[in-house]
Amino acid sequence: MLYIKNLHASIEDNKILKGINLEVKPGEVHAIMGPNGSGKSTLSSIIAGRDEYEITEGSIEFENEDISSLTPEERAHAGIFLSFQYPVEIPGVSLTNFIKTSMNETRKAKGLEPYPAKDLLKRMRDCLELLDMDKGFLSRSLNEGFSGGEKKRNEIFQMALLEPKLAILDETDSGLDIDALRIVASGVNKLRSPEKSFVLITHYQRLLNYIEPDFVHVLYDGKIVRSGGKELAHQLESKGYDWIKQELAEV
Amino acid sequence: MSLELLADKLSSSFILFENELNGETKTDLHRIRRESMEHFEKLGFPSMRHEDWKYTNLKPILKYDYRVFHKGDQSLDFSDIKKYFIHDIDTYKIVFVNGIFSSWLSETTHQGYDICTFSAALCRHRDTIDGYFGKAADASSSMVALNTAFAQEGAFIRVAKGMSVVKPIEIIHFTTEDAGSLLNQPRNLIVLEEGSDVQIIERHQSLGSNPVFTNAVSEIFVNANASLELYRVQNDSNSASIVDHTSVQQHRDSRVRTAVFSFGGKLVRNDLNFAFLGENAEAHLDGLTLLNNGQHVDHHTKVDHRVPHCNSFEMYKGIYDGNSKGVFNGQIMVRPHAQKTNAFQQNNNIILGEKASVDTKPQLEIFADDVKCSHGCTVGQLDDEAMFYLRSRGIPEHEAKALLLYAIGDEVIEKVRLKELRTRLHKLMAKKLNVDFQMEI
Repeated sequence: MLYIKNLHASIEDNKILKGINLEVKPGEVHAIMGPNGSGKSTLSSIIAGRDEYEITEGSIEFENEDISSLTPEERAHAGIFLSFQYPVEIPGVSLTNFIKTSMNETRKAKGLEPYPAKDLLKRMRDCLELLDMDKGFLSRSLNEGFSGGEKKRNEIFQMALLEPKLAILDETDSGLDIDALRIVASGVNKLRSPEKSFVLITHYQRLLNYIEPDFVHVLYDGKIVRSGGKELAHQLESKGYDWIKQELAEV
Repeated sequence: MSLELLADKLSSSFILFENELNGETKTDLHRIRRESMEHFEKLGFPSMRHEDWKYTNLKPILKYDYRVFHKGDQSLDFSDIKKYFIHDIDTYKIVFVNGIFSSWLSETTHQGYDICTFSAALCRHRDTIDGYFGKAADASSSMVALNTAFAQEGAFIRVAKGMSVVKPIEIIHFTTEDAGSLLNQPRNLIVLEEGSDVQIIERHQSLGSNPVFTNAVSEIFVNANASLELYRVQNDSNSASIVDHTSVQQHRDSRVRTAVFSFGGKLVRNDLNFAFLGENAEAHLDGLTLLNNGQHVDHHTKVDHRVPHCNSFEMYKGIYDGNSKGVFNGQIMVRPHAQKTNAFQQNNNIILGEKASVDTKPQLEIFADDVKCSHGCTVGQLDDEAMFYLRSRGIPEHEAKALLLYAIGDEVIEKVRLKELRTRLHKLMAKKLNVDFQMEI
C-alpha cells in the first residue's frame, strides 16, 4: 500500500531524512519510534504532502502510484489521513461545517454526490459515540479551546468519518492521560481491518500496549536503523535509545 | 480639473445656493452654514500633510468637474434596483436618486415617529433641527464644514420617547449614469429620544460609470436608555468614492451598535466618532473590510469616554487582496474622571495580495487610573499550518482559503442582529471571495 524508497528530504538546506525505506501492506500496523529530532514528524508531514519539505532523492508510492507531486487534498482523496501532533485551532469554523466540507469534497473528488445531510448526521453521531465524545462538540469551533485530549479525540473522530486506507497517527498518545489514551486506542482498534493500515509515530511504548503493532521501526538521524516485531518496543522502553545510539557508534 | 478649481467652484456654488434660499438666510441654521463655508475656504481640502489624512490621498478623487446641484428628473424602476434593498422584509425607506428624494421609491412616516428627509424636517421639525444640527459633528474637519455649508438634504429620523420603530429603516442613495460626475453631500440627522429604539441600514450605490463623490455627514443623538443599530453596506462601484463622517452622542444607559461592511468603492473614508455623555452607556463598533484591486478603505474611529462607567467594544477586521490598501486608526480617549471605563479595541488584518498593504494605528489616551482598556492590532497572512490542516482533510486549496477567510469575516457578520441582512452579507462575502458555500458557518 505504502512504499517508501530511499527517501531523502530537507527543509531550507537542512537534511532531515537521509534514506528512509519503509513498506506498509494492507491491514498492517507499523510503529515508528525514535528520539526527538530524528525526523518522525517530518516523515509523516511528507507523506501527507506538506510542501515546505523538499524531497531530494527517493520516492513515495501509494497503491503503486508515485504521490510525491500530489497536493495534500489529492492525497487525502486517495485515502491518506494524518492525525496531527498539534491539531490546529481554527476559530469561526464549526466542526460540523468543517466535516461536511471535508467529506463532501472528498466525495466530489471521487465523482460522488454530496452526503445526504441526515445520513451524515447519523454517521457523525455514531463516530462521536465510538470516541466517547459529547455531541456538543459538533457546534464548537474547530479545536478552539479544546483540551489536549479533546483535540486528539477529534482527530480520531475525523479519521473514523473519513475512513482512510492509510492513517498516520503522529504522536497521538502524547499529552493524553490514561483514560483518554484508552478511548483513543479502542477507537483505533475498532477501525482496524484487513484493508486498512496504520503508521503510529510515538515516543513511548505505552501506546503500543493498547494498539498492538505488527512491526516496530526505530528512526534515528533520518534513517530507520532498526526494525523488528513488538518486542523491539519493549527493549527500547527498558534500555532507552542510548542503547541503539551506542551500537550504531560501534559499527 | 485641479483641486483649487473645484474649491472655487464650490465657493461660487455656495453663493448660488444662498440666493435660492430667500428668507432662510437669516436663520441660525444658515449662519452655521455660512461659517462652515468660510471655515472650508480657509482650510481647503485635506491633504496628506494632515496627520489624519496621512495615508489617504483625496487628490485623484478631486480632479473631476463634479456637478454640485442636482436635477430631479430621474426615475428608476424598482425592479432594477430591488436587489439593493432588503426586499424580503418590510422596511421604511428613504431613497435618494442623484441626491434628490424619491417619494416614489420611499416609504416614510410621521406616525409615532418621524422618518422623512432633512429638507422636509427643515419646515416641519425646525425645533429639532435647531436643537441638534451641528452639535455633534467635528466642526474642525474641512470635509464636515463643506457638508455643513451645503446641508439641505438627507435622512431625518426622530423617534419619540419610548417608541420602538416596528421595522428597519433603509437609507439608500442611488446615482445614475446620466447624472454625469456628481458631488453628493447628504446630511443625516438622527435623534432617538429617551427609551426608544431603531435599526437603520444605509448604503450608497452608483448605477453608472461616471465618477461619483459622496461627502456625507451623519449626526446621531441617542438619549437615555435608547438603543440604536446602524449598519452600513459599502459595496459601491469602482468609480464611486465616499468620505463619511458620523458622530454619535450617547447619553446614560443607551446602547449603540454600528457595523460597516466595506467591500467596494474606489476610495472609502469613514470617520466614526463616539462620545459618551452619560454613565452606563455601551457602544459596539464593528467593521469588516474585504478588498481587491484598486480599492482603498480608511477607517478612523474615535471613542471619547467623557464620563465613568461606559463600555466600548471595537472590532475591525480586514482582508486585502490585489493592490488594495487599508488604513485603520483607532483613537480611544479616557478622560480624567471617566473611571470604571471598559474600552477594548481589536484590528486584525490579513494581506493576501503581494501589492496589498495596510497601515494600522491604535491610539489610546488614558487619563483615568481605574479602567480596563486593551488594544490589539495584527497584520499577517493566512496561517500555513491551518491551510495544511484543512487540505490534509481533503479540502482543496481554494476552498480551504475561503473557509478561513469566511470564518474571519463571519466573526463580524454574526454580530448583525438582522437575519435578512446577515444572509445578504454572507452572500456578498462569498461572492467577493469567489466561492459558493452552501453553509452557515
